[in-house]
Amino acid sequence: MAAVFHEEAGRLTAALVKRLGDFDLAEECVQDALVAALEHWPRTGIPENPGAWLMTTAHRKGIDRLRRETRYREKVAQLEEIPMTPTSPMPDERLELIFTCCHPALAREAQLALTLRSVAGLTTAEIARAFLQSEATVAQRLVRAKRKIVDAKIPFRVPEGHELPDRVSEVLAVLYLMFNEGYLATGARGAMDRDLASEAEWLTSLLARLMPDEPEVLGLLALMRFNLARADARFDESGDLVLLRDQDRSKWDRKLIDETFLLVGRYLRMRSAGPYQLQALIAGAHADAKSWETTRWPEILRSYDALLKLGDTPVVRLNRAIALWHVEGPEVALAEVDALSAALDGYHLFHATRAELLRALGRTADARAADGRALELTENPAERALLKQRLARHSR
Amino acid sequence: MPKYMLTFVGSDDWYDKQSKEELDKAYRPIMKWWDDLSKTGVITGGEELGLQRNATSVKRVNGAMQVIDGPFIESKETVGGFALIEVADLDKAIAIAKSWPGGDVEVRPIVEH
Repeated sequence: MAAVFHEEAGRLTAALVKRLGDFDLAEECVQDALVAALEHWPRTGIPENPGAWLMTTAHRKGIDRLRRETRYREKVAQLEEIPMTPTSPMPDERLELIFTCCHPALAREAQLALTLRSVAGLTTAEIARAFLQSEATVAQRLVRAKRKIVDAKIPFRVPEGHELPDRVSEVLAVLYLMFNEGYLATGARGAMDRDLASEAEWLTSLLARLMPDEPEVLGLLALMRFNLARADARFDESGDLVLLRDQDRSKWDRKLIDETFLLVGRYLRMRSAGPYQLQALIAGAHADAKSWETTRWPEILRSYDALLKLGDTPVVRLNRAIALWHVEGPEVALAEVDALSAALDGYHLFHATRAELLRALGRTADARAADGRALELTENPAERALLKQRLARHSR
Repeated sequence: MPKYMLTFVGSDDWYDKQSKEELDKAYRPIMKWWDDLSKTGVITGGEELGLQRNATSVKRVNGAMQVIDGPFIESKETVGGFALIEVADLDKAIAIAKSWPGGDVEVRPIVEH
């Protein structure tokens, strides 16, 4: 039933928002319909066409609510446009909904919250818990965003032509941020909470179904799945972060990795490179390696070179330096990293990476100093624990 | 059709630094932009504003209206002008704003009573 709700909540919301142009009313109707399903389905079983059942119910509940409205007739007429026989195929306008929720005129936090609320069907309380924020803050954010959509007339449609690439990038940026919020979080959330990483993966797979010909969508989905496949090995028994190099690779989800390579094959055939596809290639090369040492580093380095061509940023260069280390040695990599010091001096991973390279070159005192600087710069508890451990291990 | 106001950024400093020729050159694409969009009925009104240093504010102080030299808020960047437009939705309004040959633009919906 949870899976049905996941699919249908967004679909219902999309159909209702499109006709009513009113997010609040749409959400209330969807909520009413889901509550009714929770009451009925355990007794009657899940109906043949759950979407149509929910739509019929949402429609009825909507009319009840609309009786209080001044524009009653007009809005009921808008509702009637939705096909509603028990067998009719339900419209799927979730793509329009996604583009509206991730409209660049909305603040990033609002895009995140609204997408989770409207497309994935999370409650405000669930969203608040996932972001470790108060429910009032999230509720306020949602209200403001919905009001702006109505007042500023943000359209409910899939952007066309030359607008599309930028808008797809915007949606992918929202989904990737959502994924990282969940993936990088460390045990601060309860086991009951729907976690952001899997919601982001679900939303991206939905987007991939709705836009099967967009290679970057497939690229982001592959990137997320390669990361999720390693999720179980990322923390040890005591909850401490384990770096990729030290992970127990038998804990990786082989099946998921194999399936994800099929996805990689699909986007490679489209022959249109993009940053998410390249990052997924890198994640895939790691997922495919038996050990850190036998990783196909030259292939990873080539992917980083291609990434640099798409956008030369200090952070990409820093990550590339790790591959460079294994292809051309620590000295070359250190020279490359040192050249980034002006841009990345405030970034803890710059110093942590430098520390590793210095240690590989036998410069232990310098390595300790660099680790110490990294420790000063991060507040993430898992990363702090790891750095402290490293400092202790290499102390004399 | 929804209405929006585009507010264009302006700066006394910038204006002061331009020679007569430079100003002419800067205004040419702006005039063309304005004419084209007015002809197609997108722009329904709007004006360029005079310099900020010539602004006078009338403020309510303890119930009485007081006249004060200067704008509401003194700042380097100020409103240089505005255009009223009528387009289908925010995406269209943003597209028009992006085509503005000057500096930054704020897009705001207009309330219809």
